[in-house]
Amino acid sequence: MKEFTNFESRLVKLPLNNVDTDQIIPARFLKTTSKQGLDRQLFNDWRYDAAGNPKPEFVLNRQESQGVQVLLAGDNFGCGSSREHAPWALTQWGFRAVISTSFADIFQQNSLKNSLLPIVVPADVHAELFAAGPGAIVKIDLPNQTLTTPSGREVGFPVDAFSKHCLLKGVDELGYILEQAPEIAAYEAAHPASINALA
Amino acid sequence: MPRTIIEKLWDSHVVHESAGAPTLLFIDLHLVHEVTSPQAFQGLRERGLKVRRPDLTIATADHSIPTSDRSLPILDKIALKQLDQLETNCTEFGIRCLGVHSSQQGIVHVIGPELGLTQPGMTVVCGDSHTATHGAFGALAFGIGTSEVEQVLATQCVLQRQSKTFQVQVEGRLGTGVSAKDIILALIARIGIGGGTGSVFEYTGSAIRALGMDERMTVCNMSIEGGSRAGLIAPDDTTFEYLAGRPHAPKGAGWDAAIARWKQLPTDEGAAYDRCIGIDADSLEPMITYGTNPGMGVSINAPLPEPSQVADPMARDSITKALAYMGLEGGKPLVGHPIDVVFIGSCTNSRISDLRTAAGLLKGRKVSDKVRVMVVPGSQEVKRQAIAEGLPEIFRAAGCEWREPGCSMCIAMNGDQLSPGQYSVSTSNRNFEGRQGKGGRTFLASPLTAAASAIMGVVTDVRTLL
Repeated sequence: MKEFTNFESRLVKLPLNNVDTDQIIPARFLKTTSKQGLDRQLFNDWRYDAAGNPKPEFVLNRQESQGVQVLLAGDNFGCGSSREHAPWALTQWGFRAVISTSFADIFQQNSLKNSLLPIVVPADVHAELFAAGPGAIVKIDLPNQTLTTPSGREVGFPVDAFSKHCLLKGVDELGYILEQAPEIAAYEAAHPASINALA
Repeated sequence: MPRTIIEKLWDSHVVHESAGAPTLLFIDLHLVHEVTSPQAFQGLRERGLKVRRPDLTIATADHSIPTSDRSLPILDKIALKQLDQLETNCTEFGIRCLGVHSSQQGIVHVIGPELGLTQPGMTVVCGDSHTATHGAFGALAFGIGTSEVEQVLATQCVLQRQSKTFQVQVEGRLGTGVSAKDIILALIARIGIGGGTGSVFEYTGSAIRALGMDERMTVCNMSIEGGSRAGLIAPDDTTFEYLAGRPHAPKGAGWDAAIARWKQLPTDEGAAYDRCIGIDADSLEPMITYGTNPGMGVSINAPLPEPSQVADPMARDSITKALAYMGLEGGKPLVGHPIDVVFIGSCTNSRISDLRTAAGLLKGRKVSDKVRVMVVPGSQEVKRQAIAEGLPEIFRAAGCEWREPGCSMCIAMNGDQLSPGQYSVSTSNRNFEGRQGKGGRTFLASPLTAAASAIMGVVTDVRTLL
């Protein structure tokens, strides 16, 4: 993982509630055994017509969306399937943060593990961002946990301390868990398993 | 202090806690399938790690396998590569794999319980959001992403933040033609698909106690469609009777000790939940979804919502967009709407009792000649039981296809899918756009509603046939 640094970006706006991970990347693309090459399939069925040509009206296909690093989405973004392919596809396209009023639990956890910052904002900030004109810029400051809106308003957002540390240092959680090996061994010794799946 | 079963399960699995970090939780059973595991095994390889507890890990192939004749070669080269990769990974890392040709293959959430691997008091994870299914046994069971699959393979632990507790109390008796699927669809329609975010459901009440294990799994299965990663039901005699004699269930003195332990699990008298909701089973009717998320559900004879009557603009747009995708008008009920396909299967409704229920209605009847009906058992074991009971003959005589076990048209990765514009009544769990095939349109319902609709060729209130 790369270290998560402060940045500013325009917004790609997706004004829909409950966008599910089947829309972010349809299931038929999950037959891959790789994490790579998923950017083309991001929002595939909204993005391409039956012949596979980009639909000009879909937001990702517009010229002004190219190079944008922040997705502004409706409530409960990322609901449905646990597929980590969703944050993989979003980051490979170039997104580094998603802003919404709420995220589905599994998507939120998967995103934090892939340097994709889920930013929860109150409804009024959410509405202000959707109302912002084309070209409007937001600034994201993870160490201070602030989002600066195009009007210059500085808004705090929650991130748990552990995820923040992992994001800023560019480290994943597995290293931390492996360090707890003695505790894991102690737990196992005190709790003999009730099954043996190998038997 | 009195504790809920959710808190008891959490407390008994804490391996390590430190300030500022999430809790390290031990996992008693890790279920693996072909779709969300290859990148996790690759991660282990890159780091030079082993699987810590192969004895607590089991794999099967379910998502991308064909449900046609298994003796034939798999034509989808990409799916074949993924299935081969699962076998390779399991061999390399010493995991038992109930693969394509195993006599115990099946949908991961069907085989865990039927092998007796899923037991009360356990923590269960799988790289699949429907892992909540195993909560029916009084286990804390939840879906994880591929990074977490890698973590559990390597350490048998995951980092978790404690969820809120959410009691769903279902009291009363279900009426004729109303089933477990209608309970969970009604809950989701009420709280919305984000309603349980950050919570674990405990389903309680007389109507839940009256359900068999298959039905309890149906309820818990769709906890994620209510936004909750996990949902569970405290174990009782129904649970113990189901488990007794299963291949991996405790035996002899171990069984008695297990029962004594499991009886300590139910929520203590006076324990408080963060949130509670009540559902009146007596007044429930068969439910059906009309839109593009599982929260867009109504009683089968109720009119669909009119977007013009929804105040919030983004919510109104969502319903307008959903109705447009589905080709439906607000204000009218779904009953009588023509359908093209009926799918009876998935980790929600592919167990033997689901197939018995559907066969009970289809026996001596014919499905509409306008409708393709696919019946997909959840596992090889369910298939064997169905054959022993003569169910495939009933389905075939009625004009249904009887297929091989797998996820099939629930997720439409394996070629079992709708064509653009087609309508299905499906016993599965998701009606998202394109979920059952690009451009396909899904009405989620119970096996009874699905079978009734198959017979009539239109969305049907099963009570008119009973």
